[in-house]
Amino acid sequence: MIGSARYWREVPQRYRYEAAKCVKCGEVFFPPRLVCNGCGGREFTKQTLEPNGSVETFTIIQVAPTGFEDQAPYAVGVIKLDDGVKLTAQIVDCDPESLAVGDRVRLEFRRVQQDGESGILCYGYKFVPVAK
Amino acid sequence: MREVAVIGAGMNRWGELWEKSHREIWTEAALEAIDDAGVDHVEAMYVGCMSGGLFMGQEHLGALLADQLGMGPIPGTRVESACASGGLAFRQAYLAVASGAHDIVLATGLEKMTDVDGGMATYALSTAADQEYECYQGITFPGLYAMMARAHMERYGTTRRQLAEVAVKNHLHGSMNALAQFPMKVTAEQVEGSVMVADPIRILDCSPITDGAAAAVLVPLETAKKMRVDPLIRVAASAHATDRIALHERDDLCWLASTAKAAESAYQQAGVGPTDLSFCEVHDCFTIAEVMVIEALGLVDRGRGGSAAEGGFTALDGRVPVNPSGGLKSKGHPVGATGLAQIREVVHQLRRSCGDRQVKDARLGLTQNMGGTGASTVVHVFERM
Repeated sequence: MIGSARYWREVPQRYRYEAAKCVKCGEVFFPPRLVCNGCGGREFTKQTLEPNGSVETFTIIQVAPTGFEDQAPYAVGVIKLDDGVKLTAQIVDCDPESLAVGDRVRLEFRRVQQDGESGILCYGYKFVPVAK
Repeated sequence: MREVAVIGAGMNRWGELWEKSHREIWTEAALEAIDDAGVDHVEAMYVGCMSGGLFMGQEHLGALLADQLGMGPIPGTRVESACASGGLAFRQAYLAVASGAHDIVLATGLEKMTDVDGGMATYALSTAADQEYECYQGITFPGLYAMMARAHMERYGTTRRQLAEVAVKNHLHGSMNALAQFPMKVTAEQVEGSVMVADPIRILDCSPITDGAAAAVLVPLETAKKMRVDPLIRVAASAHATDRIALHERDDLCWLASTAKAAESAYQQAGVGPTDLSFCEVHDCFTIAEVMVIEALGLVDRGRGGSAAEGGFTALDGRVPVNPSGGLKSKGHPVGATGLAQIREVVHQLRRSCGDRQVKDARLGLTQNMGGTGASTVVHVFERM
């Protein structure tokens, strides 16, 4: 369902993990915004996401949405990065049943969807557990 | 602002209504509300519908449905706030009457969900979440609520059994509602043994896919008095709040900030607190949702929502009955119609015409209707005068 213009537009976030840091209060936003949700500031500097973080919560998807059927069951979590940014992403290269809240994970560049309807291979970020 | 009363309500039997088009489903509920109110026309109509485009390939519902009423070229407005579309349509109707713009308004909600297959329905529902930063990663709606459930279980010790007890309670209530889609009773063992959708959410933790509509008629309170409506049902509060759409962007995954904010505003408007409520109709799209909603409404302390259903606090004969209608869980969840169906239940409870599922001495009822994972909430309070 992802058109080519949209996919191209999201490349800075999906490929280069570009976030925006508020010049006034320092809060980091991903994806970037035009107005800081914390202080109302409108000036930002570009910043790359910290790759390391912790699992805040997760689920194991058994009934997958269209485009992900082949991957089920798979884990998806909310990850809090060490720079304070939170993301939703898959947690892969592990037994999902062995995951726990608080586990340390690291961001990696992966293929996310097999094939969009327009034929685009969809890439982006996933997380892998860091050895305990 | 003028005081507003609800003088009519309507709803048809919900379910997989393959034999009926959305026009029939909607018009049946609308006419029931109009006939119930005893009026011969309405000046304006609002319809809450989440996704006519994706579920039916049909937009422009304000015009299409207003025309079905046969009441001339009245203004018809479609309102969207995902699963809170119905509650928000009622709020727009309330504002139209309170402001003096119109004297008699029809508020409706509609969703026709079974004309598409399960994959498409799942996709349509997922558009209530952040498409670019949540759904792109392969998360589903049950998956998002599953992540909220796990966070709640980790922090507060909420148990799998406590979630199941929400479904048990709401199906018990729904078994007394002739309009419910799934009026069967369930046991905690059945819930815990049902198919896993997104760990720890199982299929019997989820509200169903439903076709349905519901409606209400609003007039100024003074008009209702002149019409000698008895009992008078006053809209004591109407509130709406929003939050960040992506679950991961919220500071606290266990807290429904939009519900808390809307409730705070509603209590202030009505001059009441949670302990004054006779009962509530809340948005139990998943069992964990009811647990978190009753915390945000202040019915129980933060973190204590898990034990409410298990301990009987929210049962029909409990301290604050929650979802006497059976809730979304048993009654069904045609997303855009749900908010209006909650209001229809409150109207009937306050009239004390609910038979076996009647809340004793119902005087003050609250509805809480929520969009997505809580990025929007509409709260109303109704008083029997």
